[in-house]
Amino acid sequence: MSIAWYLVVSALIFCIGAGGVLVRRNPLVILLCLELMLNAANLALIAFARMHGNADGQIFALIVMVVAACEVTVGLGLIVAIFRRRLPIDVDELRELQG
Amino acid sequence: MAELIFFIAAIGAIAGAIGVVALRNPFYSVLALVGHLLSLAALFLLLRAEFIAAAQVVVYAGAVMVLYLFVVSYIGGGSLQQLTPGGAQLRTVAGAAVLALFAELAIAVLGSGLQAIDSDGAPYVSGFGTPAQIGEALLTKFLFPFEVASLLLLVAAVGAVVLARRRKGTTLEDREEDPTRWITPRDLFSGTMAEAVGAVRPPHEAAPGQAATDETERGRPVATPAGDDAEAGRPLPTPGGERP
Repeated sequence: MSIAWYLVVSALIFCIGAGGVLVRRNPLVILLCLELMLNAANLALIAFARMHGNADGQIFALIVMVVAACEVTVGLGLIVAIFRRRLPIDVDELRELQG
Repeated sequence: MAELIFFIAAIGAIAGAIGVVALRNPFYSVLALVGHLLSLAALFLLLRAEFIAAAQVVVYAGAVMVLYLFVVSYIGGGSLQQLTPGGAQLRTVAGAAVLALFAELAIAVLGSGLQAIDSDGAPYVSGFGTPAQIGEALLTKFLFPFEVASLLLLVAAVGAVVLARRRKGTTLEDREEDPTRWITPRDLFSGTMAEAVGAVRPPHEAAPGQAATDETERGRPVATPAGDDAEAGRPLPTPGGERP
């Protein structure tokens, strides 16, 4: 398979994730959609690493996975804190920084 | 064969992505993301990134998704479904934005002028993408990003603990812990716990206790070790005192 196919799949997944971030209102699902976008970027990075025959892109993908794990941890901590304060779990309601 | 696996994995990945966005229950969204990640790991294997594929399955589909499932269960997936759906206007605008984004990405990728993009990639070198090569690169050429990543993970872990810890006075339950709210004042001798253990006695039963103290004052030996109670000054009913 040519590399272009992988890049098209990556672009599709990225667009689906972006649409989910725009449409959904549950912060949990928005975090999941962010994961989708990061994974699409990972797929593109690994496809380019294969294209050049250079493993540096795979290291980049690993670092992206680390950053995604950190983002998940902090995001889920925020959601748990929101739940503890009995605030509505809805990004449209949570538009003020003042709790 | 590679084409067949590619199309199966690509369709699985895209279907999983659509499932994440479209399913109403966040629990099923997480499960759809697990399927998406597994399909993506197959794509990584096709791209000869063995170590990344294994890490994707173990770390992402294993650990991170379990964390997600725990939080969804903690918050309660059912209560989250009562969100009113976003307006049709929002959906239209979002769809248009996403289509524009995809067109832009397709132009950027396919019109990039890279000749190698239509090829199957560079000729395969033995050992490409194996754990040995990745580990060597991480510990020699990319040592600094490796250490920074570990520091980032530490900061994120500490930050999550600080964010999600239990604070005083932030929830409704904490506010009701004020003792003046749940200890209601009540009259003496109306059946309190202090009377049940004999610490407080109603006035009409106080006579035997009074008699017992009178007897000890007179120097009569008491059969029970009632002296401790007398020293404490509490009018506890001792067996010796209640005897007629």
